[in-house]
Amino acid sequence: MKKFLFALTATVALTAASGAFAEDKFKACFIYVGSKTDGGWTQAHDIGRQMVDKELGDKVETVFLENVPEGPDAERAIERFARSGCGIIFTTSFGFMDPTIAVAEKFPDVKFEHATGYKTAPNVTTYNSRFYEGRYIIGQIAGEVSKTGVAGYIASFPIPEVVMGINSFLLGARSVNPDFKLKVVWVNTWFDAGKEADAAKALIDQGVDVITQHTDSTGPMQVAEERGIKAFGQAFDQIEAGPNAQMTAIEDTWGPYYVKQIKAAMDGTWEGGKSTWDGLKDGILSMAPYTNMPDEVKAQAEKTQAAIESGELHPFTGPVNKQDGTVWLKEGEVSDDGTLLGMNFYVEGVDDKLPQ
Amino acid sequence: MRIELIKRPQQSALFSAVSPLLALGLTVLAGFVIFSLLGKPPLEALYIYFVEPLSETWQLHELAIKAAPLIMIAVGLSVCYRSNNWNIGAEGQFILGGIAGSLIPILMPGFQNFLTLPLMLLFGFIGGAAMGAVPALLKTRFNTNEILTSLMLVYVAQLFLDWLARGVFRDPNGNNFPGSIRFPSAARLPEIIPSQGSAHLGIVLAVIAAAIVWVMMKYLLRGFEVKVLGGSPRAGRFAGFSSSRMVFFAFILSGGLAGLAGICEVSGAIGQLRETISPGYGFAAIIVAFLGRLNPLGAIAAGFVLALTYLGGEGAQMSLGISDKVARVYQGLLLFFVLGCDTLIHYRIRLVFGDPVKAQG
Repeated sequence: MKKFLFALTATVALTAASGAFAEDKFKACFIYVGSKTDGGWTQAHDIGRQMVDKELGDKVETVFLENVPEGPDAERAIERFARSGCGIIFTTSFGFMDPTIAVAEKFPDVKFEHATGYKTAPNVTTYNSRFYEGRYIIGQIAGEVSKTGVAGYIASFPIPEVVMGINSFLLGARSVNPDFKLKVVWVNTWFDAGKEADAAKALIDQGVDVITQHTDSTGPMQVAEERGIKAFGQAFDQIEAGPNAQMTAIEDTWGPYYVKQIKAAMDGTWEGGKSTWDGLKDGILSMAPYTNMPDEVKAQAEKTQAAIESGELHPFTGPVNKQDGTVWLKEGEVSDDGTLLGMNFYVEGVDDKLPQ
Repeated sequence: MRIELIKRPQQSALFSAVSPLLALGLTVLAGFVIFSLLGKPPLEALYIYFVEPLSETWQLHELAIKAAPLIMIAVGLSVCYRSNNWNIGAEGQFILGGIAGSLIPILMPGFQNFLTLPLMLLFGFIGGAAMGAVPALLKTRFNTNEILTSLMLVYVAQLFLDWLARGVFRDPNGNNFPGSIRFPSAARLPEIIPSQGSAHLGIVLAVIAAAIVWVMMKYLLRGFEVKVLGGSPRAGRFAGFSSSRMVFFAFILSGGLAGLAGICEVSGAIGQLRETISPGYGFAAIIVAFLGRLNPLGAIAAGFVLALTYLGGEGAQMSLGISDKVARVYQGLLLFFVLGCDTLIHYRIRLVFGDPVKAQG
């Protein structure tokens, strides 16, 4: 036992010593809600982290914690990072918002970046992606290729982010097929391949021939492949799960943003209290190759993408009615960001009652 | 060939006493092997796992936060298991306690005085006890298996909480996001030493609960009743003890303590009612109860050990890139070795060769 203890102490001392050499590197830390190989949301963030390694690897050390549950565990995980010398901490799930703010208050010298939230502080910024731009494009593709005129939407939680995506998808579809309908299934999880696949099957049995999802697993894509219908990838190119089913995917590319912010933190130009909401034109999201669709649909999708990138087209442009038929946006009126970020209503044509 | 377990005529008192330590040692040893197989430096990994979380004051506070619910639940479970009732649904009772206690700050946010917290704790206990009484009623009335009913009620409780946090209890100013309003400070369990770390009074309450239950088990008739009925229901009946009353007592006590742990977690560590409030404390506490030899004081030590595996898992992931699943593997191994050691202390293994039918005849 004594020998063992001695060996233990020696190892520890050696580790501590070798740790001292690495200390000159700037430390960038990431908290993930899921597994870094989930084939969706978290993997997209981890690929961003790997880009930091590749581009700034000689000056920056990256560390991550995966599968951190939202709640008090998240607060401890973030605090642990803050105490372990992280210069900047990225918390990459909506549910980490309050824990991030709480820890940031205790560590004013550490910089915090929270994905998809709405609370900021002098040392906390938020960053988000205009996913709805991609959803408008895939909605339009669905409107073109669907024979039944009904699409299925596998949704996670009825928060504004998700409701915004549903509305944008339907507006895209209705831009080419004014009678298009949308069925929604709420699975109340971000990641549960079984539940998501069940939802996909239920939707297909109800007669939809295109499905899309706002959840993170490849379950629905696999079901679409088996049943011979079309689908869209989420957060990540899921073509391997659906070689004949995936028409395109909304890909999250966080890497360039991470590199930019870490550089800013290192040279002192990082600013707190900001909210970044970038879109297709900034490259924070991109579309996977258009495939498994007729050429003219592909051409139309590319045109729409170019129009959104140039600012010529905003998906939420009037005339748009709410689900109950009242006017939301008048002819030519464009929604402001605040309404989008707090969106708690459906637009006309959604065949579902929004859980309230 | 067959393997038979033969009851030992005498049990070694020494080994009975050191069995949890033995199990702990075997778990560490297994960890050594696992880390080596993963290609990580095993000694460093063990250090990060079991020593580093104890090296700083703020981390000790985090340890106490994690240990508090585990101890509180395990204390109740140890009485329940001693009485030969198998409550596997502490997770659900924990959740219902959290919900019941939160009724006060959510429905009456203006009610803020010295009574707020005690009432919340009382509600928490009652909520968990009510949830625990359901499998007890089903068992005594309809002779159902309490292991199944208590376990299945966990899922009912989880979905009920999910529905509340996204529905009627949702913060009206929270942009449709799930979760209740944040509790006012009068409804928050205070921190013990705020300047040093964030541990709240939950750990103190857990230790007090353990002490009270220990006294009950050791010196009061009720404790004797638990042990007699648990050891031999027939003997208990001769002594005039009612076994169906004992079922209710065991479930209400263990459910109530789980509920109390639930409201302590919500009001101390979280500060609002969220769609999930437990990373599986109710299940991990089963391991704690057994590791603590079904003794309320043993549960205190065991609770800290299990809390350590949670924190150590995080550290190992950060410093060595070891998957967070390893923490779960550790918890599983620990229960496996505890039960294995206990079995081998009470029984010895006999290998029977040849035709099984003949050997039996």
